[in-house]
Amino acid sequence: MTKDRVIGVDVGGTFTDLVTIDGETGAIKIAKTPTTLDNQAFGVINALDMADLDLGSVDLIVHGTTTTTNAVLERKLSKTGLITTAGFRDVLELGRRTRPQPYGMTGQFRPVIPRDLRLEVSQRMDATGAILTPLDERGVIQAVHDLLEAGCEALVIHFLHAYANPAHEQRAAEIAAEHWPNAFITMGHSLLSETREFERGVTAAVNGSVQPLLERYVTRLRNELGQKGYVGDILVMNGNGGMVSSRLVAREAAKTVMSGPASGVMAAAYTGRRAGETNLLTYDMGGTSTDVALIRDSTPSVSNEIEIEYAMPIHVPMVDVRTVGAGGGSIAYVDTAGLLQVGPASAGADPGPICYGKGGQRPTISDANMLLGRLNPGKLTAVAGGISRQQIAKIFATELGDAMGLDAQQSAEAVIRVANTKMAGAIRMVSLSLGADPRDFALFAFGGAGPLHAADLARELGVPRVLVPARPGMTNALGCVVADLRYDYVQTVNQPLGEGAVDRIQAEFAAQIAAGTAALAREAVTLKEVHQVFSVDMQFLGQSHVVRVPLATSTPTATELRQGFETVYWNRFKVELPDIRARIVNVNTSVIGISEPVDLSRLIDPAGRKTKLTVHERRPVVFDGTVHDTPIYWRDHLPRDAAFTGPAIVEQLDSTVVVPPGDHVTSGEDGNLIIHIGSAE
Amino acid sequence: MTVDPITLSVIQAGLQQACDEMDLSFSRAAFSPVIAEANDRSDGIYSATDGALIAQGAGGLPVFVGTMQHSTRVLIEMIAAGTVAAPQPDDIYIVNDPYLGGTHLMDVRFARPFYRNGKIFCWLSNTGHWPDTGGAVPGGFSASATSVEQEGLRLPPVRLFKQGVLDPEIYAIICSNIRVADQRIGDVKAQAAALMVGEERLNALLDRYGDDTVQKAIVELRDRAEAHMRSLIDEIPAGTYRSTAWIDSDGVVDAPLAIKLAITKTPGHLQFDFSQSSPPCLGPMNSVLATTLSSVYLAMRHIFPEVPISAGAFAPLEVLRPEGTFLDAHYPRPVSGCAAEVSQRIAEAVFAALVVPLPDRVTAAPAGTSGNFALGGFDPATGRDYVMYQLSGGGYGGNADHDGLSNGCSTIGISKAPPIEIMEQNFPVLYHKYALREGSGGSGRNRGGLGLEYEVELRRGTARASFVMDHGRFGPQGALGGQDGAPNEVRVLSAGQVHTPVHLSKEQDIALSAGDRVSVKTPGGGGFGDPADRDPDKTAEDRRLGRAD
Repeated sequence: MTKDRVIGVDVGGTFTDLVTIDGETGAIKIAKTPTTLDNQAFGVINALDMADLDLGSVDLIVHGTTTTTNAVLERKLSKTGLITTAGFRDVLELGRRTRPQPYGMTGQFRPVIPRDLRLEVSQRMDATGAILTPLDERGVIQAVHDLLEAGCEALVIHFLHAYANPAHEQRAAEIAAEHWPNAFITMGHSLLSETREFERGVTAAVNGSVQPLLERYVTRLRNELGQKGYVGDILVMNGNGGMVSSRLVAREAAKTVMSGPASGVMAAAYTGRRAGETNLLTYDMGGTSTDVALIRDSTPSVSNEIEIEYAMPIHVPMVDVRTVGAGGGSIAYVDTAGLLQVGPASAGADPGPICYGKGGQRPTISDANMLLGRLNPGKLTAVAGGISRQQIAKIFATELGDAMGLDAQQSAEAVIRVANTKMAGAIRMVSLSLGADPRDFALFAFGGAGPLHAADLARELGVPRVLVPARPGMTNALGCVVADLRYDYVQTVNQPLGEGAVDRIQAEFAAQIAAGTAALAREAVTLKEVHQVFSVDMQFLGQSHVVRVPLATSTPTATELRQGFETVYWNRFKVELPDIRARIVNVNTSVIGISEPVDLSRLIDPAGRKTKLTVHERRPVVFDGTVHDTPIYWRDHLPRDAAFTGPAIVEQLDSTVVVPPGDHVTSGEDGNLIIHIGSAE
Repeated sequence: MTVDPITLSVIQAGLQQACDEMDLSFSRAAFSPVIAEANDRSDGIYSATDGALIAQGAGGLPVFVGTMQHSTRVLIEMIAAGTVAAPQPDDIYIVNDPYLGGTHLMDVRFARPFYRNGKIFCWLSNTGHWPDTGGAVPGGFSASATSVEQEGLRLPPVRLFKQGVLDPEIYAIICSNIRVADQRIGDVKAQAAALMVGEERLNALLDRYGDDTVQKAIVELRDRAEAHMRSLIDEIPAGTYRSTAWIDSDGVVDAPLAIKLAITKTPGHLQFDFSQSSPPCLGPMNSVLATTLSSVYLAMRHIFPEVPISAGAFAPLEVLRPEGTFLDAHYPRPVSGCAAEVSQRIAEAVFAALVVPLPDRVTAAPAGTSGNFALGGFDPATGRDYVMYQLSGGGYGGNADHDGLSNGCSTIGISKAPPIEIMEQNFPVLYHKYALREGSGGSGRNRGGLGLEYEVELRRGTARASFVMDHGRFGPQGALGGQDGAPNEVRVLSAGQVHTPVHLSKEQDIALSAGDRVSVKTPGGGGFGDPADRDPDKTAEDRRLGRAD
């Protein structure tokens, strides 16, 4: 099957976005509709209705859903039981002995599975996988019955050292399957066969507790779409940026957590590759969060050490998206030392910023953009419940200005400046922690508010260029359309580097390739080609952190491993340690099924473009303390080769692009705008 | 001309960023798991004139709040007095002397002068906990040391790097006196490289805003932090608040040590008087002055976390020098327990005194011990010696809003515990239990969090077990009518005999053979408020989940 007509539909916190591309003509339709929180399927159907599509002619629907993310963050989970090694049922609650914040001796933690549903059976492996205590099979049966009796819908079996020897988990799962009424049985080693009992256990527990929810959701969605004449498969986005059939997705449901942000980063990588920008820092700012990720050689950074909130690690490979701020709703205040602070408190989506007109009374970043004229004040009357610009100005003057001796406009500029400083710092930290210098990257700005701040941030970071895609506010949905199939495998080996280790590693790679190839074969999507990506995680003996070493083949020699490790280590830390032995901790393979390329050239309808650069309107906008009479362009009307110099504002339905004075804009592939920082003539 | 408030905010963020980047660089490249995994390190920027703290990394180990400003000040004074060689650009001093503004010997400080236009603009300094600095026992926590020489190698400030080059002679002396020396070069390079990162970022900040503006901003930020702290202190009604916290023993003499604290509030000012505390002790539970001050600072920061860390924030906190007590130890008193244990008991005294006037901000006492269990031995399977540490958390105190957190990390740390699976990979041990300690939280309107309970067996060879813990005699104190949390318990099961350390929470070099077991139960947190006021639903839930009777 080629992707003749593909629909990508992404459910976000506020909006459900849909993009559909006609494979033959490249014609693109988009739709945006409010998310329906109780049952996301309604929003999806609404978006399809809005786009007015004949589902009978659609070949493929790819879906990004926050069903599992929301369930985890709000702890609205299916009742799940745990069977674990005797003596260790509290591992999921003890965590790694930390506290939620460095200072302040308060805080609480709610384990994914409550204590009374965590049962123990007699069995034990040691760290080499040798069996010390055989599995008490009758104990397993008893525990299964007790958990069923307690009303559990999903079951997690998690034993110590199962990454080294999974035999007991497999046997216990086999026994449980004879009694458990459904397929929701998760073995601890099955999602990620890696050392660390808390992280592996929480990952498995999350998987179990969202499986029933996700299965019910996709089943309902398939039925709804079936009734509307859709006969194809629905693929669901995973947090690794790949997609998987809705018929298989629940088995590894934890992998769908945080898939929305991953989807946006995949779209950024794809758009960047087409535009010749292969190294990108992605900057996704919406109303309630700001997310950052790093793309090198068109490949997003992936991590299997993501913690989605305090003591909630989900250790499956995911696109490494870091939340660095609260988005446009971040609240500004003057602290008791008289210093302006922005965030981390947020007005959220409800009541949201003052300019939403839903009762918000605290100054936010969005309100500051509104006061400075960067956001269209004309929209206030359209969206807000009668909030005027004067009212916002008054709140800025009294809440912020009075304490600092500034007027409302100066206060708004201060809010933007402080917010940008903090966001730029956070982006630097993300970049550095991934071993990258931000100056070597272009900034890919998306989300409704990303393009509002991107040029200022780029200047702050020393980043030379900003790429603003054609549809910044639809990027996650676009990610669904361009996604590939992807299966990731991680196996802990813990071998000091030497000839013996090489054999072991090559054998692990072979097993991972076989598993990935088999998994791809189960999917009903025709692939253009299959890529295999190999890496090992290594460290010097005595260290606890690892670095990831990419490998060209699955048959590396000991010398190649050592050299690869030393190169990565030098690039990252500028340290050489020739006398210390290295160890291979994990062996990683990704098997990626590349789907047919998608043509993005019509993301902005060519018919709507004008032949000459036309100023839509002008309005006063504040930059650097000065009011500039600023041209406003309408994105859909820009000529294909538009070029102009700031100050300028580009408006479109899903976003606003701010071009400060001194920056120059050119047009690129696929309707992208490129802001060249400081290069206006 | 003063600096406008916006530039101030931006420079504040820039200074903080430089420190955070140093922290990140240090722990990512470090070898010592204590630094890399447990974040037992800190990086900061200090005044060129008096070492006063300008900014410190947000993720630094809390107990280092304030210690480096003392060590930097002492270094500046010694350079001025000519007792330490004067600096050249790109020099890095190394020092771990506890009596020169430090903690214990394992906390090794590096200090690097930061030059602008040929003059020292400020100092960059960091501290990292080295796994070993020599001495009687691996790791340095000798529970029975009676002088600092038994605790390890003591370095006065010397230039380990001279104009950017590691001095091989000094390094050779260090390596000849510490255990597992071959891996230390990784930590030394990581620690030095972190200071380089700070230098780069500071240069960028100064190039952008101008040396003069940044200098003025530093002064202004210090004044504002001070004003901020004073305004928060004024939430406390005037008066004197007293408390006592107890340390089980000094590890040598089996008698408790008292920390007696009287905090006197006057407008915008708190005075801390520890003068009635116990005299200096024979064993290693003495604290040096810098650690005592730092413990007060970190406790106040737990109470008022919104004040940025800077010397200004500490200015309104006047700690009377507790001369003649074990909280102001002089050479050659042993001090290995000060950073991990005494510091937490000082913080507990601060909490216990201030929970009365600030019940919405302060909790009942947390477990307050690092729960240090060290096992050193020879593994016949690998043919190598090893030293294993198990540092454990315990229950936090109940507070006005909720029950205490279970198995929280130490008051002075922020580190993660190692996974059991990694312990069993690296050492010849097998854990039989790793669980919540049922019933250990002190009861109260909001009860204390639960401690941890574990039991571990030596599988092969022989080994020696040492314990440096606390709260074995008295549990963490409850507040405002709440009960105390359960005290720490240590048992050694050897050859059919059950051994309880004489000092309850401290003992050194207990011989173990294969099959012997160690059982540890860490303290629960103190309860908050009268247990009679507890919501019956919460009591019922505790019973159902086996958390309390």
